[in-house]
Amino acid sequence: MGENEKATIIVHSGEFDKVYSALIVGNGALSMGMDVSMYFTFWGLERLKKNELDKGPLSRMNFLGLGKWIMKRKLKRSNVREMDALIDDFNELGGKILACDMTMDIMGVDKEDLREDVITDYCAVGTYVKEAKESDVTLFI
Amino acid sequence: MEEGVKMASSKKIDVLGETCPVPLVETRKAIRKCSPGDIIEVVGNHPESKKEIPMAVEELGLELLDVKEKNDQWRIKIKIPEDD
Repeated sequence: MGENEKATIIVHSGEFDKVYSALIVGNGALSMGMDVSMYFTFWGLERLKKNELDKGPLSRMNFLGLGKWIMKRKLKRSNVREMDALIDDFNELGGKILACDMTMDIMGVDKEDLREDVITDYCAVGTYVKEAKESDVTLFI
Repeated sequence: MEEGVKMASSKKIDVLGETCPVPLVETRKAIRKCSPGDIIEVVGNHPESKKEIPMAVEELGLELLDVKEKNDQWRIKIKIPEDD
C-alpha cells in the first residue's frame, strides 16, 4: 500500500461546537483511511488543558450557558458520542494532536497544564506548513 | 513449527442506535485489529452510515461482500484482502 492521503486541521477556536466539529471531521478522515494531524492553537489550545475539552461556550446562542446546556441535552438525546470519547477514538485510530508552542508561551501554559496523555508533540508554524503542503485536505476551524 | 499460519476469523460489530461518526469509527477500529482474510460484519441503523461505510471500504482498498437492509436495520459485510 502506498502512502496514505493526509488531512491537517488547525483548531484555532475553543468553542464547544467548533471543537466538536473538528473532532468529528478528524475521526471521519481517520476512518476513511487518511492520516490526520490536528494543530491546537490560540483558543483551541485552551481545550487541551486538563478537564477543559468540552468546557467552551457555544459559538452562537450561548445565552450565558443556557444555550450550551440545551445543546448538550440535545446531543445526549441523539446519542452523540461525548467529546472525551471522541478524542480517545482519535488517538486509538492513530491521529496526531499537536500543541502550539507559541500559544503556550503567550498564554503562560505549561506542559503540565495540558492533556499530555493525548498530545503527540509540541510544534510551531513550520511543522504545520510543511505538513499542510503535503496534505490533501486542510481545514482551519 | 509452521510460520505465520493463522485462521481467518469473523468479527461482528453492533452499532445499533449509534450516530455519526461512531459507526464509521467503530468499523475502522475493528478493521485495524483484523488480519488478512478476516471478515467483519457491521450491524446498525444510522441511515448515512449505510452509504458511508462502503465508501470507507473502497478508500481503504478492502472488499465489500454484502450490504443488506431490513426494517431500517442494515448489515454490511467486509473482507480484509489476503496478502499477495
